[in-house]
Amino acid sequence: MSAVASPIAVERIHWWQSRTLRRFMRHRLALIGLAMIVILTFACVCGPWLLPYDELYIDIRARFASPMTGAHIFGTDPLGRDIAARLFMAGRISLLVGFFAMLLSTAIGTVIGITAGYYGGRLGAALMRFVDAFLSFPSIFLLLVLAAFIKPSPFMITVIIAVTSWMEIARIVEAEIRSLRERDFVMAARMLGLRDTKIMFRELLPNAIGPIIVAATLTVARAILLEAYVSFLGYGIQPPLPSWGNMLNGAQQYLDRAPWLAIVPGVAITLAVTSFNFIGDGLRDALDARSDID
Amino acid sequence: MFHYLLGRLWQSLVLLVIVSMIGFAVLNLAPGGPLSQYALTPGMTQEALNRLAEQMGLNRPLPVQYADWLWHLVQGDWGRSYRDNQPVLDVIGRHLFATLLLMGTSTLISILVGTWIGIKGAVKRYSVFDYAATVGAMVALSIPTFWFGLVAIYVFSLWLKWLPAGNMYTIGDGSFGDYAIHLIMPSLVLAFVNVAVWGRYMRTATLDVINQDFVRTARAKGLPERTVMMKHVVGNALLPMITLAGVQLPSILGGALVTETVFTWPGMGRLFLDSLGYNDYPVVMGLLMFSAMLVLAGNLIADLLVAFVDPRIRLG
Repeated sequence: MSAVASPIAVERIHWWQSRTLRRFMRHRLALIGLAMIVILTFACVCGPWLLPYDELYIDIRARFASPMTGAHIFGTDPLGRDIAARLFMAGRISLLVGFFAMLLSTAIGTVIGITAGYYGGRLGAALMRFVDAFLSFPSIFLLLVLAAFIKPSPFMITVIIAVTSWMEIARIVEAEIRSLRERDFVMAARMLGLRDTKIMFRELLPNAIGPIIVAATLTVARAILLEAYVSFLGYGIQPPLPSWGNMLNGAQQYLDRAPWLAIVPGVAITLAVTSFNFIGDGLRDALDARSDID
Repeated sequence: MFHYLLGRLWQSLVLLVIVSMIGFAVLNLAPGGPLSQYALTPGMTQEALNRLAEQMGLNRPLPVQYADWLWHLVQGDWGRSYRDNQPVLDVIGRHLFATLLLMGTSTLISILVGTWIGIKGAVKRYSVFDYAATVGAMVALSIPTFWFGLVAIYVFSLWLKWLPAGNMYTIGDGSFGDYAIHLIMPSLVLAFVNVAVWGRYMRTATLDVINQDFVRTARAKGLPERTVMMKHVVGNALLPMITLAGVQLPSILGGALVTETVFTWPGMGRLFLDSLGYNDYPVVMGLLMFSAMLVLAGNLIADLLVAFVDPRIRLG
């Protein structure tokens, strides 16, 4: 739409000059979070190649080696597998599950929220009651029921997490769209005869993108936490495939003998989740036009 | 007021019906099904399975099963546990006290501490305390509760040997002090996250109030700062907290479930996991419904309380 050449010479503002980016760069915690995520991702992608151990290699003579024995930086687990190698491979799984669960739940939440917000009326009310009903369960209960009854694979876990965490985004999008739909540009789009779907996704959605991005970032954090919990209980990612959550499975029974079994993956989860929360917070400050830090 | 009450009750009822449909659908459309537990028994034949299905009414169409289940539910018959044939409501009732005890204690702690942190942070905005509280809250919200519980057990039970590592009481003891000492760690671990939530909301709410005209008027009248803060600011800032308590209920309940698993606390969370392990459908379904009811009732009470306390809300 906006590609039509404007007769007035406007100085083009590139994305790297935008106010949003400037504000984000000034948010120290968000930058720390971003840096930590980059480092974690890099470590999980490259780490396994650099370590001398395979994450599935069982060395029964080296069981329960404490951290820093030989080349086992983080020690070994009850089967003598290298924890560092498992941690990085697990990070791949956990981060990917978190990321794709975020994509899927954002998609579900956006479609439901935009439909409810744009059409409003009976349809909107019915959809929002549906959202409320989903929110009445503690999401952990629903998640566990689904995970216990459906054969868990990384793909299914991603879907299950998404199915139980799209409601926040639906609510945010609905409120945002409801406040936008009476604006002049929507009226203009309607008079041009645009289809509803086009108005919803091409005209309205870009105007509501800020809060969606913030909520999506926080959803990554939530999804990582949920995966960790479900896998900790043994209903999530199944061994031998490691995930941060299932590395903690069984850690409790060895807590006195081998506390590093619990500590190492937990710190990784906390680092990742904190980072995403920091980034989300920074994005909220940067994208919110009402907050005037400038 | 009466109309408002009636309207809210009706809303909750509609929600409860949708909730029951979602719960029933999730349980019955998932693969496996209630008979999967029996199917594992050695020597089980298809014929015997069919007979079981008929006895338990599982061979009927799903909508009929749903209607039948709902009809019994309304009459207070929530079905019987597949595990020990006890009525579901009795089974839940036996675990209810533990969960409520844990949730109640921890919520009380988190509200007291969180409110204090929030007010202090708002009054001394951008101070070291405020900054530390904000960052601390973010970290607290990011630590997995179950893992934090493990670390707490390691430090306070295994290392320092100050507190018991789990359970609600020592068998054969069960005195008040015994309960209390078992309650300390799980309730603090569960409160940790919630303090962060309360603190952040209370900070925002206090900041909203603190800059309003009536606060300036109160100061201009020459009221002591303490009175202004306690009566005018905190009193008003606490109002949105009532609503928040209602909204937070599902996540507090979820958090209690998580905490219970780590501390072998004999509450609804443990029951839920055990029942999942046994494919005990009636109990799982009962717990889903029961927790949703708790949440809806909590929201309802919170809304009514706000309407009751806040004179600005005029209800037809």
